Amino acid sequence: MRRRLLVACAALLIFGTVRLPFEMRLERERRAALFQGARLDLSLREKIGQMGFLAALSGFRALVADALWIHASTVWERTEWGAMKVDFDAVTTLQPRCVLFWDMAAWHMYANASIAAYEDRKQPREALRLKAQREYWKLGEDYLVRGLANNPESATLHINLGTLYKDRFRDHCKAAEVYARGAAVPNAPEYVHRFAAYELARCPGHEREAYGKLLALYQQGERERLPTLLRLLGELQEKLNVPAEQKVDIPPPKP
Amino acid sequence: MTSLAATPHKVFSPARVYAIASNTLLELVRLKVFYFLLLFALLGIGASLITVKMTFQEQFQVLKDVSLGAMSIFTWLLAVLATAMLLPKDIEERTLYTILAKPVPRFEYLLGKLLGVFALLAIALALMVAMFVVVLYTQEQTALAETARAFPPGPELEAAQQAIRKATFHFSLVPGIAIIWLKAAVCATLTLLLSTFASSSIFTIIVSVVIYIIGHVQPIAREYWLATNPAGALTKVFLALVSLMIPDLTAFNLVDDIVAGAAVPIGIFMQTAGLGALYVTIYFLVGYFIFAGKEL
Repeated sequence: MRRRLLVACAALLIFGTVRLPFEMRLERERRAALFQGARLDLSLREKIGQMGFLAALSGFRALVADALWIHASTVWERTEWGAMKVDFDAVTTLQPRCVLFWDMAAWHMYANASIAAYEDRKQPREALRLKAQREYWKLGEDYLVRGLANNPESATLHINLGTLYKDRFRDHCKAAEVYARGAAVPNAPEYVHRFAAYELARCPGHEREAYGKLLALYQQGERERLPTLLRLLGELQEKLNVPAEQKVDIPPPKP
Repeated sequence: MTSLAATPHKVFSPARVYAIASNTLLELVRLKVFYFLLLFALLGIGASLITVKMTFQEQFQVLKDVSLGAMSIFTWLLAVLATAMLLPKDIEERTLYTILAKPVPRFEYLLGKLLGVFALLAIALALMVAMFVVVLYTQEQTALAETARAFPPGPELEAAQQAIRKATFHFSLVPGIAIIWLKAAVCATLTLLLSTFASSSIFTIIVSVVIYIIGHVQPIAREYWLATNPAGALTKVFLALVSLMIPDLTAFNLVDDIVAGAAVPIGIFMQTAGLGALYVTIYFLVGYFIFAGKEL
């Protein structure tokens, strides 16, 4: 029996040697296709604790991420933004391919936390409140940018990042760039390509390029001739001194 | 009687394997192992209640994660606990001697036992999937009804309803569920291998659980073993043994990524399935090799 056990151990060792290169290749492929760039390392262990880390390693990564997400929701009710960020960082590290987590984490930071910071009554100086607000916008931007690095095919993250640049940072050039990338993503909503052109029209130095894009949209027919397009087209025609015979006839806005 | 005596004895008989497998399944079902499904149902309902304040997308995400995680835990536990007691129970009740006294080769006996456990795992997983689909469908209908009340008819309502349908059960979950079964099958075969030489069920269960945990850190050990680092020779030998003897169970964790929305390429799915089948075959053959020389 002892001899059989030794032979069995030898067989398992040989099997291990044979499967080793195959398993390593499969792990590389899997990491590239599914679990992009995420690593369960010691910094994560500090964030989620010993048990959470062990559970994450034992194949219950999604469950640990959910538990932390639920914890973040509880913390949100107490408006502890710092604690929420710690949870969000761990959740997005555990589940980098889940668009929902990146999207919601960003929204909590650039919308909820930033408004709370601006309306913080404990801080009398407006300059400091504005600074804090902007810092939360940056945190939201960081989640969206990292989310896109892990999910480059997500139209939702492109749209939200574009909207963040447009509405909060008022950076229309960046917004135009992100919307344009979002419009190229498969299954992106129809309006994203319009938003890209609208934002380009507001980007200083790109008026000629934007005019070309808006005109191209206009020429696609009635469906694209929306009030914003007509208004922007009219403004650019004036700004670029487009000759009268080349101008598009813009109807006056309806009362 | 004459005709039976005239029938030549087959070296391998699928009918005998089937008889052992169906008896094993029946024995396990009689042990009321399916009671754990109540716990599964409670988890599903619990997850729905905890997430009641969240958005629909978050609710569906948590529900899918909790349900599929629970499926993974329960099938693994069932695989280990059911397999660990198969041989000791048969020895204790003397059933093993009765069966092997007949012209039943040990190979068929062991294969029948394993297939019985595989069938049990498949039935348990199918029941869990059915419960999961019912809970998810109920939540989907609630979400759709609430959305219909919130939006006027039009493209916005259609888009919102489409987003809800997309976030619930999707066909892409099927490969993930299949891999959950395969992982449990690998663990069951490994447990059977351990039980062919183990002295008790407790020993088999403990070793199996330890291997399960180490199996999930095996890639880290492998990476460290193969990397150029100042680790001592003894450490390197230990890491090599862990890498070569313990299965890489992280290869079977596809479901986390599928729930997160990632589509598993067919190539990766097929390779994972092939790896699982290879583990099952090798562990079974090694287990049989030990069992064949066991003094009963």
